[in-house]
Amino acid sequence: MLNRQGRPSQAGEGASERHETFTGNRALQQIEPLIFEIGHHESTGVDIDKPAPFKSRLGKHARQGEIGLPGLSEPETMRHYVRLSQKNYGIDTGLFPLGSCTMKHNARLNEKVARLPGFSDVHPLQPVSTVPGALDVMLELARYLMTLTGMPAVALSPKAGAHGEACGMMAIKAAIAAKGEGATRTVVLVPESAHGTNPATAALIGFSVKAVPARPDGTVAVEDVKALLGPDVAAIMLTNPNTCGIFEPQIVEIAAAMHEAGAYFYCDGANFNAIVGKARPGDLGVDAMHINLHKTFSTPHGGGGPGAGPVVLSERLAPYAPVPFIHVEGGKSRLVEHKADAPDGNDPFGRMTAFHGQMGMYVRALAYMLSHGSDGMKQASEDAVLNANYIRAGLADLMSLPFPDHPSMHEALFDDEWLKGTGVTTLDFAKAMIDEGYHPMTVYFPLVVHGAMLIEPTESESKASLDLFIATLRDLAIAAKGNDKSRFTAAPHHAPMRRLDETRAARQPVLKWEKPAPVKEAAE
Amino acid sequence: MRYLPLTETDREDMLARIGVPDVDALFSDVPAGKLLKEPLDLPRAKGELEVERILGKLSAKNTAAGAVPFFVGAGAYKHHVPATVDHLIQRSEFLTSYTPYQPEIAQGTLQYLFEFQTQVAALTGMEVANASMYDGSTGTAEAVLMAHRVTRRRKAVLSGGLHPHYTQVVETLSEMANDEVVALKPDVRATEDILAAIDDSVSCVVVQSPDVFGNLRDLKPIADKAHAHGALLIAVFTEVVSLGAVTPPGAQDADIVVGEGQSIGNALNFGGPYVGLFAAKSKYVRQMPGRLCGETVDADGRRGFVLTLSTREQHIRRDKATSNICTNSGLCVLAFTIHMTLLGQAGLSRLAELNHANAVKLADALAGVKGVEVVNETFFNEFTLKLSKPAAEVVEAMAAKGILAGVPASRLKPGAGLDDLLIVANTEVNTDEDRAAFVAALAEVL
Repeated sequence: MLNRQGRPSQAGEGASERHETFTGNRALQQIEPLIFEIGHHESTGVDIDKPAPFKSRLGKHARQGEIGLPGLSEPETMRHYVRLSQKNYGIDTGLFPLGSCTMKHNARLNEKVARLPGFSDVHPLQPVSTVPGALDVMLELARYLMTLTGMPAVALSPKAGAHGEACGMMAIKAAIAAKGEGATRTVVLVPESAHGTNPATAALIGFSVKAVPARPDGTVAVEDVKALLGPDVAAIMLTNPNTCGIFEPQIVEIAAAMHEAGAYFYCDGANFNAIVGKARPGDLGVDAMHINLHKTFSTPHGGGGPGAGPVVLSERLAPYAPVPFIHVEGGKSRLVEHKADAPDGNDPFGRMTAFHGQMGMYVRALAYMLSHGSDGMKQASEDAVLNANYIRAGLADLMSLPFPDHPSMHEALFDDEWLKGTGVTTLDFAKAMIDEGYHPMTVYFPLVVHGAMLIEPTESESKASLDLFIATLRDLAIAAKGNDKSRFTAAPHHAPMRRLDETRAARQPVLKWEKPAPVKEAAE
Repeated sequence: MRYLPLTETDREDMLARIGVPDVDALFSDVPAGKLLKEPLDLPRAKGELEVERILGKLSAKNTAAGAVPFFVGAGAYKHHVPATVDHLIQRSEFLTSYTPYQPEIAQGTLQYLFEFQTQVAALTGMEVANASMYDGSTGTAEAVLMAHRVTRRRKAVLSGGLHPHYTQVVETLSEMANDEVVALKPDVRATEDILAAIDDSVSCVVVQSPDVFGNLRDLKPIADKAHAHGALLIAVFTEVVSLGAVTPPGAQDADIVVGEGQSIGNALNFGGPYVGLFAAKSKYVRQMPGRLCGETVDADGRRGFVLTLSTREQHIRRDKATSNICTNSGLCVLAFTIHMTLLGQAGLSRLAELNHANAVKLADALAGVKGVEVVNETFFNEFTLKLSKPAAEVVEAMAAKGILAGVPASRLKPGAGLDDLLIVANTEVNTDEDRAAFVAALAEVL
């Protein structure tokens, strides 16, 4: 039997003859113990000088007794973490079609420049006169973000998307308070299809949340928003393109309705990567929008973080941007670190984080922007959208689309209608993708779609890679419909681990390693 | 364009397969007139060489910590990071992976999160730790909100020894959440009477040790009084290496411990990304913010790890979640964990001892300079000098001599009467020559 690359494969054959190994290892797939099981308290992988005798100034605070931390030598450490890395799927491993999470190519150039000593080895509190290049990076990044969004101001310091949401909503709250409406405008409208961070953020900032219903076509209608508007509404938090992968067609009308009602329009910019260089949030009436630098401008996700979530702000919200920020006047820039230093007309609402935000991410994002240029960023958005629609077109006859009336933007959304009666769930389907060498798509999100499957290929996939992915998903879909159930329900068969018991982890939480009881004691 | 694999022929074929005339047809939901016709006014694409050149020039305008005698701390510290750490975190499968939503192919990430949680719990002397926060300051603000949930009270008392930027972050979030914060005045000699501020209306007291001025604080009496009044003690540190040398907050009955983990494995980065450490007593685990990794088994009964207790989180609880956070500092956690594994208890103790020895040496030498007084009785690797001249001026004059001398306390909190105070950090990277240069230059400047 030949596979799609024309090479011999022996899928299925001979599998039953596989021996269980004595060690539990499977060649390169090795069971890796925890450092606590292989390390020792006296082992170390660093050489540190012993200081000459001196008089301690710790007083009575000196630590007594063991810390309880094992150490490993350098070669043992290297092997431990290399082996762990081999149990991970990354974008460099293969297609990572996580909708809404945006896993695109991470250029190593960005890593290289972020490690230049003038960026990585500078302290946030060393004299400002010694870091003009760092301020230049922040100014240049700000210029790019403002130009791409068509917004007049940006707050750089938020450390992640959700932190940026908090920053934007705080600016809105401050603006409302400045108008003397702090006591009355207490409600934030959030569509049912929104990321969970949106309602959580609104609540964190002291607002109450009212849900905007989802239309059958996956969009938010201006009439539904208008029906909820009143003097108690502070803002709407709307994602655009939305979590169903659709550009909200009535976004301009929704923004106008909010402004007419004296309220603000917060746009969740998680999916900004679909429209960079194609449309500007500022032209649509947005008052505040966070930008996930790690998604849109490709800084590494590193197992879930760190992120960076700068927020662009409209003219009305700009005065309330938090410290620290760089103020430019007469061609000279200065770092404003405290409310009291703020230039006239500015009334910062406070501070989001101890220092200046995620400089390491600013450099990476700027390197991405310089590399792509305005022409490349526009092309990247177009290719991301093209790739998503190509996948949609390749699967639409086998899998069901909940919202066929709108083009998909950068991600294609399917539901589980097509799996009805097969006994295969969305999760089973996702796990079977693992056996085929793919990271599953985002599953069960957005919540408004039953058994949702959200596929975002991004612009960094080639046509050949998409063709292979589509062919694989087609094979799986046909197998699912053909009652080849065991391929799905027991999947994955070929991953480093088989399906993990998440219920047990939650019912009996084990959140750290505990030294096992001695055998004798345990037997008693 | 080197990052975009599609060719013009590919694009044409794909549009034909989709059945649209051009790519703009896929943007048909964008309201009329809002689709941009021309590329925006930004430079066009550049090759790798050119980008390196541009950023190299910007980098060269900054004075790197490693290039000069360097004594700046106050919340971020220059330490030596073994080469192994940066090599390993750049492994593709770590660097380019995402949140471990599919645990069968994310055991690498999950296992290091589990190792990290165990390390942080051991270091702080606490029962549970989460998989990290954005940084120490945001972690502190989250800890205050958590104390509000636990105690059902909404007033936090912040010690005057808490890093003023941390105080501001807590104040900002609390003010927005309509909660109350009582921030005590900065007290350089650590004599403030935080005990007097504790009563039955207080949800928590937040105390930093070593504090922002470097003083080590006795937490146990504060914990005792807080507990007697139904309040929690939140213990904060900004220098995690100190835990190699001092009694951990867990041994002093702290309820929540928050710290900055940048010192282990992570570079200075002009302020970020960093890694917030967050630990608590296990009875509060369901009120903790952030991500947690837990142990479980797979279908074959083999040990594995998954993200767990997500019923606290925003994607399930929406506006009732313990926080709005949906990420952690994954890669910074990995750097921390690898560096801590290399150190082990033996290495961390030695590193802490060397930091303390170096700081004592410098403090002793500076005490002999006219116009300088070391204000601390106890300290770890950072202490505060009272100078005969405004510290901000002294720091500028020292910078002109090529020495980065520390942080003027007035930069952290202007207008608080801290003008003559200079916060000085001394870690293992400083040599005897660095210290001699510092002492000589300071004597000249004063």
